[in-house]
Amino acid sequence: MDLRFTAEELAFRDEVRAFMRAALPDDIRRKIVDGRHLGKEDIVTWQRILNQKGWAVPHWPVEWGGTGWSPVQQYIFLEEMQQAPAPQPLAFGVSMVGPVIAAFGSEAQKKRYLPRIANLDDWWCQGFSEPGAGSDLASLKTSAKRDGDMWVVNGQKTWTTLAQYADWIFCLVRTDPAAKKQQGISFLLIDMKTKGITVRPIVTIDGGREVNEVFFDDVRVPAENLVGEENKGWDYAKFLLGNERTGIARVGMSKERIRRLKELARMEQSGDRPLIEDERFGAKLAAVEVELKALEMTQLRVVSNEGRRGNRPDPASSILKIKGSEIQQTITELLVEVVGPYALPYQPEYLDDERRNEPPVGPDWGPGLAPTYFNTRKTTIYGGSNEIQKNIIAKAILGF
Amino acid sequence: MDFDLNDEQRLLKESIERLLADRYDFEARNKFMAKPEGFDRDLWRQYAELGLLGLPFAEKHGGVGGGPVETMIVMEAFGRALALEPFLATVVLGGGVLRHGGSEAQRDAVLPKVADGSLLLGFAHQERQARHDLSDVATTARRDGTGWILDGAKTLVLHGASADKLVVSARVAGDRRDRDGIGLFLVDANAPGVSRRGYQMIDGLRGAEVTLAQVAVGPDAAIGDPGAAFPLIERVVDEAMAALAAEAVGAMAALHELTVDYLKTRKQFGVAIGSFQALQHRAVDMFVHLEQSRSLSMLATMMVQEPDPIERHRAIAAAKVQIGRSGKFIGEQAVQLHGGIGMTMEYKGGHYFKRLTAIGTTFGDADHHLAWLARNGGLIAAA
Repeated sequence: MDLRFTAEELAFRDEVRAFMRAALPDDIRRKIVDGRHLGKEDIVTWQRILNQKGWAVPHWPVEWGGTGWSPVQQYIFLEEMQQAPAPQPLAFGVSMVGPVIAAFGSEAQKKRYLPRIANLDDWWCQGFSEPGAGSDLASLKTSAKRDGDMWVVNGQKTWTTLAQYADWIFCLVRTDPAAKKQQGISFLLIDMKTKGITVRPIVTIDGGREVNEVFFDDVRVPAENLVGEENKGWDYAKFLLGNERTGIARVGMSKERIRRLKELARMEQSGDRPLIEDERFGAKLAAVEVELKALEMTQLRVVSNEGRRGNRPDPASSILKIKGSEIQQTITELLVEVVGPYALPYQPEYLDDERRNEPPVGPDWGPGLAPTYFNTRKTTIYGGSNEIQKNIIAKAILGF
Repeated sequence: MDFDLNDEQRLLKESIERLLADRYDFEARNKFMAKPEGFDRDLWRQYAELGLLGLPFAEKHGGVGGGPVETMIVMEAFGRALALEPFLATVVLGGGVLRHGGSEAQRDAVLPKVADGSLLLGFAHQERQARHDLSDVATTARRDGTGWILDGAKTLVLHGASADKLVVSARVAGDRRDRDGIGLFLVDANAPGVSRRGYQMIDGLRGAEVTLAQVAVGPDAAIGDPGAAFPLIERVVDEAMAALAAEAVGAMAALHELTVDYLKTRKQFGVAIGSFQALQHRAVDMFVHLEQSRSLSMLATMMVQEPDPIERHRAIAAAKVQIGRSGKFIGEQAVQLHGGIGMTMEYKGGHYFKRLTAIGTTFGDADHHLAWLARNGGLIAAA
């Protein structure tokens, strides 16, 4: 047992850290630190910087741009990127549809889509959830009916993150209405410019425009856009969701937020001393640091076990999802506490580069904090709600 | 990065688990607890034969030269078995003080006897007014010729009544809470002026109140530099907390298993109560606490050898916070999920709960260590 990084791993960490310092544009970094909104261009710019370095899709097969890194190296890479802090690469492409196409797609699909995902030439969004299919995803109703060499898609997807920027959507669609729930589902790639697709924004409680409804009205999709086998889409979706949970702990991001929290709590006064010296506040801060340290070690335990599990997802990664999301929420709560009364002014225009034209009411680091707190409530809901994660642990680990 | 045990460590784990599985069922434990000393000397000799009692000591002192991982393995097994023996008091605390701070003569005189099971040690440090403050020492050591005269009262000395020798902290200089001016002395437990009152604690282990009235010791009793023992006390207590974290993990794991088994077998409304989602989720919450505790127990184990005492204590304090909170959660939930049977003295579950409660308080509770972390910059260093 030796819980330290090896000399090679430390050297790798230094290399990644140096790269992040040198390559991350300062205006993008500043926006993340301040909790202002990133535009599409920011995310594209960063992805292309990564792609030039050869680090766009480290976890993919090497022939499609993967780096061949060990699980620990991949962990270090993600952690350093989050701590920089750099934009999260667009998960729908590099973490979701990319690995599915690489594992189950045809050669033609791989050639056509994978390089464009790595370079973010195509912006992908995820068409899984529906109004009647949330945690019970397999009850989805959007249908695809065969008509010659086309699929005709009808139905509605929802909670579609950043669909307003999307060139493509990957969808779970029902292709055999007679089959039992999980069978009869297929995995279909749809060009967002196709006639019959309508995107409608859903404004979230923070005032943000992140998620959308997507309507499909007789949308005609070439048959070649089906991934893998017809009616096997549920298997690919499970593969995709299993990949998602390990990346969701966001330890590096939480470390960066805690550093920011401390920086701000040293600036804010509480009575005659900085807030950071307040005992009640200090104890709450220390408590979340303990939780995060434990999560970091738990994540490393899962990561170091990855090699030996092959491609089977580890049900222990549900712990990472549960604790990671709870910790992110606690940190945003503390950030709202730090800014105190200046959590109250609602100043969405200040968070948006294109609309900002005067200084904010209160400190200039204040406007993003309350919206981020409200927005971060999503983390215990998405990616399989924490209650679903508990069902997974109950069944797969505890044997209920 | 490697979380695995090596072959020798696996062997150690198997042999201790086998011995405890043989000797430590719940009824046997009750019998050991009822003995005058609160544990079984015969089993203690078997620990010695297995090499456990010299685990961290050098070979020339009759030990096997094991490291913190070996201690973690043994403590976790003790936690599962709810072991009552004075391993922590004798090997980790008393033995730790001598191993790190004793002169060659002191080590030669004491450690081989600890390792062969013939000598028990007690760590007489805690005082009534000190609460969780390690540097709060009112007991005094006054120079008397070449030796010392000790006066004061020690409390909650783990297994103090059965100890043959006591490691006593006493102030040679400074004010009551000063970190400087504290000495450690090796005192014969039956020396004139030493009186002891033994008792059982809530978890079945034994404690003792120790009074020192004009206890005269020779110059060879001082362990290390008798005004500068505090860093040694901190180091040994950190090691003891890492060991307790491992013990807590063993107890939490066993209690969690017991609870999950109960949920699967107890029937109400015609079904196993474990088929109810509300109870399943509670069992999952306990499991998450257990795994987070295991993670920080491993970190604490690794960090006890860290040379920088602040960095070392940072990891230990984090583990103590986690096991304090998680031990309480798992213990309380286990009783609730068992219902009435969880409330009874005759059921093992409640005894895990009591041991976890005791561990939570020993050497400072979660709030105490959180406050220390808050004062010392927390765990996430500035970039």
